Amino acid sequence: MTMMTTAPATAGAFRRSGSGPFGRMLGGAAALALACASAPAAAQEAPDALVKRVSQEAIEIIKTDPQVQAGDSARIRELIETKLTPHFDIERMTALAAGRTYRTATPEQKKRLGDEFKSLLIRTYSSALRQYREQTIDYKPLKLDAGATEATVRTEVVRPGQPPVQIDYSMGKTPDGWKAYDVIVGGVSLVTNYRDEFSEQVRAGGIDGLLKSLAAKNAGAR
Amino acid sequence: MKAQSLSRRIAAAMVAGVLLAGCSAAPSRDDPFEPVNRASYRVHEVVDGNVVKPIAQAYVDYAPRVFQTGVRNFFGNIDDFISFINDVLQNKPDKAGNDLGRVITNTAFGLLGLIDIASDAGVPKGNEDFGQTFGYWGIPQGPYIFIPVLGPTTVRDGTGLIVRAYATPIGYINDVSTRNILWGIGFLDARAAALQAESLVDQASLDRYTFIRRAYLQRRQYLVYDGKPPPPKDDE
Repeated sequence: MTMMTTAPATAGAFRRSGSGPFGRMLGGAAALALACASAPAAAQEAPDALVKRVSQEAIEIIKTDPQVQAGDSARIRELIETKLTPHFDIERMTALAAGRTYRTATPEQKKRLGDEFKSLLIRTYSSALRQYREQTIDYKPLKLDAGATEATVRTEVVRPGQPPVQIDYSMGKTPDGWKAYDVIVGGVSLVTNYRDEFSEQVRAGGIDGLLKSLAAKNAGAR
Repeated sequence: MKAQSLSRRIAAAMVAGVLLAGCSAAPSRDDPFEPVNRASYRVHEVVDGNVVKPIAQAYVDYAPRVFQTGVRNFFGNIDDFISFINDVLQNKPDKAGNDLGRVITNTAFGLLGLIDIASDAGVPKGNEDFGQTFGYWGIPQGPYIFIPVLGPTTVRDGTGLIVRAYATPIGYINDVSTRNILWGIGFLDARAAALQAESLVDQASLDRYTFIRRAYLQRRQYLVYDGKPPPPKDDE
């Protein structure tokens, strides 16, 4: 994962420094070399493997970190920001949730919308993690075609004495590896739910109204 | 020529306007009585927030764990029985066998359902109900309804709940006070079970009413199709 994230950044730096055609070629070659070097690493981490690894890492921390155990909100938030959100395609999620509104928004509005949505997701995940109880997660194997760029990773959470809950992740392939753009918990899609919420806010007060209520919600974070 | 193109443009604008209006009104296709429902929801928030929820929270916090588990299992056993009836109505023999097996095992060997032996033995819990059966038969969900204290439902699912009240063994207990106490405990258990999900809704939602409505309708659609709902129609 770390190799994947550094590769495009380095390539970009090369490209910026090279002003002439030669520089650009050099940059291109360097980028290609780096891409080749990191390709096997990317190929290794299939979407289902990624979901499993990230979930298990997160659960391990929840179980062992004393600050998380004590319910330290700042620590839980930090954990989510460093461990979970990098694997979410926030931009795609925002675009899906805001639909038509997103397409007509200015780049500045898009950025603010993405940032606010991200904060809201972190907030929601914090609350979910604080409720974590002993449970087992069953990771369903994924059949993926070689050239696939979209996948749904299925998991099932089993808690004693209760019906199992299916948690599915809709994932897309990005230059930084596979990223989730929707989470479907027991049939309830996060993005679909927010689509209603967002369109309602936009109807009432336009995109600025939506931004305002998102900001207000996030400001009231506990 | 000019007039024609103008009128054509107006016509196109009107069509676009109607289409857009249709799009923006998308949520109310499911919820034509939204103003009434929102009023019900406001009543619900007051009654639930001041009376029902604190009682449910106190129950979770102070009632002995063993008691809570027993109650959950007892009503879960009734749910399994309801699920069995609906498996049969939906012609799903495998699930019916499963659920019937659970009911017999837990009733006979689990102290009338107080202990969920079947789950311990690895028999998964079913969750069919009458609303899902109606959906399986092709009956549309109908308008969304929010009932104070009871929560979200639809015409179809609400009808299912009424049928359920007649199919539940508790309804056939002759002693009125015993019957009412059991209904009461069952309600408390159901409300307590929703506390965790509710705190998530508080964190996640911009407007609780809208959030609960979409989550409820998505969940029901998913259950009717046994976890494989048809892809949602893209209304854009």
